[in-house]
Amino acid sequence: MKKTGARSAAKFDVAAVREDFPILDTQVGNHTLVYLDNAATSQKPQAVIDAVSHYYSATNANIHRGVHYLSGAATDAYDRARITVAKFINAAEPRECIFVRGATEGINLVASSWGRQNLKKGDEILLSGMEHHANIVPWQMVAELTGAVVKVIPVTDGGELNLDSIGSLLTPRVKMLAITHVSNALGTINPIQELIQRAHAVGALVLVDGAQSVPHLRVDVQALDCDFFAFSGHKVFGPTGIGIIYGKAKHLEKMPPYQGGGDMIERVTFEKTTFRGLPERFEAGTPDISGAIGLAAAIHYLEKFDHTALAAYESKLLAYATDAVAGINGVRIIGEAPEKVGVLSFVMDGVHPHDIGTVLDNEGIAIRAGHHCCQPLMKRYNIAGTARASFAFYNTTAEADQLAAALVKVKKLFS
Amino acid sequence: MSDELEDLYQDIILDHHRKPRNRGQMESPTSVGEGFNPLCGDELTVFLKMDGDKVADVKFVGQGCAISQSSASLMTQRIKGKTISEVRTAIADIKELLVSEKEPPIAVQERVGDAIALKGVRKFPARVKCATLAWHALETALGGSGKVSTE
Repeated sequence: MKKTGARSAAKFDVAAVREDFPILDTQVGNHTLVYLDNAATSQKPQAVIDAVSHYYSATNANIHRGVHYLSGAATDAYDRARITVAKFINAAEPRECIFVRGATEGINLVASSWGRQNLKKGDEILLSGMEHHANIVPWQMVAELTGAVVKVIPVTDGGELNLDSIGSLLTPRVKMLAITHVSNALGTINPIQELIQRAHAVGALVLVDGAQSVPHLRVDVQALDCDFFAFSGHKVFGPTGIGIIYGKAKHLEKMPPYQGGGDMIERVTFEKTTFRGLPERFEAGTPDISGAIGLAAAIHYLEKFDHTALAAYESKLLAYATDAVAGINGVRIIGEAPEKVGVLSFVMDGVHPHDIGTVLDNEGIAIRAGHHCCQPLMKRYNIAGTARASFAFYNTTAEADQLAAALVKVKKLFS
Repeated sequence: MSDELEDLYQDIILDHHRKPRNRGQMESPTSVGEGFNPLCGDELTVFLKMDGDKVADVKFVGQGCAISQSSASLMTQRIKGKTISEVRTAIADIKELLVSEKEPPIAVQERVGDAIALKGVRKFPARVKCATLAWHALETALGGSGKVSTE
């Protein structure tokens, strides 16, 4: 067995952890890859790669319908994956966790199914100014259909929600508060616990976009008391193509199916079809079985760490990188909330983010440049986009130093 | 810095980025073309003032990276005073320079003038759209006014 960096000791050993991620050895030109695009997608530990590979080499079959050995094994593995997810976010029951393609599909499922059933003309959907397009567009689409209105909680200069306006925005007209737990563009951790309480007090439901929080924070959906919670597997060290929409059973049970097809029905005739219960009702067709198994492997991998030690490491790394980058003359950090995860968005005087991205790539450093699917937020800051370095627990202070040194080169090239 | 990167950010490109030529609004243009790259959000508007068959004046406004801005600046230099048919040749030349699989013919490389500096973009497929944005907007302006997306 290969030594693994994930162990229960309180001390966090980044060198050992890096051994778990084979892609980190990639050579980009003359440089070893410095992967700082984790908010876009995270890299996968060997344990996840092995789980997916093992599924296809030993267990592959369609689920919930075969009477043969392999179908039983695949069904077991898929159902166990759901239990793993449910424990991970502390859902009351596994059937409250629906497998979808990712956070985007999860939000679309709720906006479409719950929204079309429950929203009517004049109802309000409250979003925030720091939402990803994935938590804006589905709501606009259902608003268009139902006559509901989209309202927005403004964002401060520092990158926090402006809660002064909450009193006037959160009225009984609001039927849904759909809000990001952590901003992908700014790194801000929003006070969602408080927002959920206040939304419930006026009778609104709350959907939390957890795509950026799950990779960094421990999430307990029952403690949060959110009504829906969406996240993507690929951002939490699992495969692409799999994600979760959690919903309280009392809501999901009343919601109509999002898609129709096989596996979600009880009985079909050409006159009428009746639907199965949770979670099958929302999982039409053959699901991403290997993705679910890979996601469960990612969760098992994460759970081997002492979360406190891991969080402390990440927070120290962010502080170190922020100091290194903010110290460069002409660089301005976008998003300076006191409560942040490892996202460092910045602009450089006279240099477009794409040019920063290209020069950094030449040094083997992968960052994201652009609007980060947050065009309204970029407009709020009156910028076209930012350069964004986003960190995972396998990143190091040495990599932060390489980032800062490369940014000095960028500055020199364009001065 | 690698050779590829030096080819991309040549002195001519950096110079046009720092001091863009013919940048600004135009009073009463005869046609306007807008280019938009939805992936990165870059926007660019090209204004033409035609005098019969000739480009009497050309200007651009917009925001974007060094490649898109310098390409726009180089474009204005390349087409000012030229006839419509010469401008169409200039557009075809740039497309050949940036996206053709083969090394562009010497005749093309000579004809493009300073815009030859854009040739380095060929090695950066993700950036070709930045370099072509202004030329797409120009093409739109030539065909009357309108908007074009690089998607």
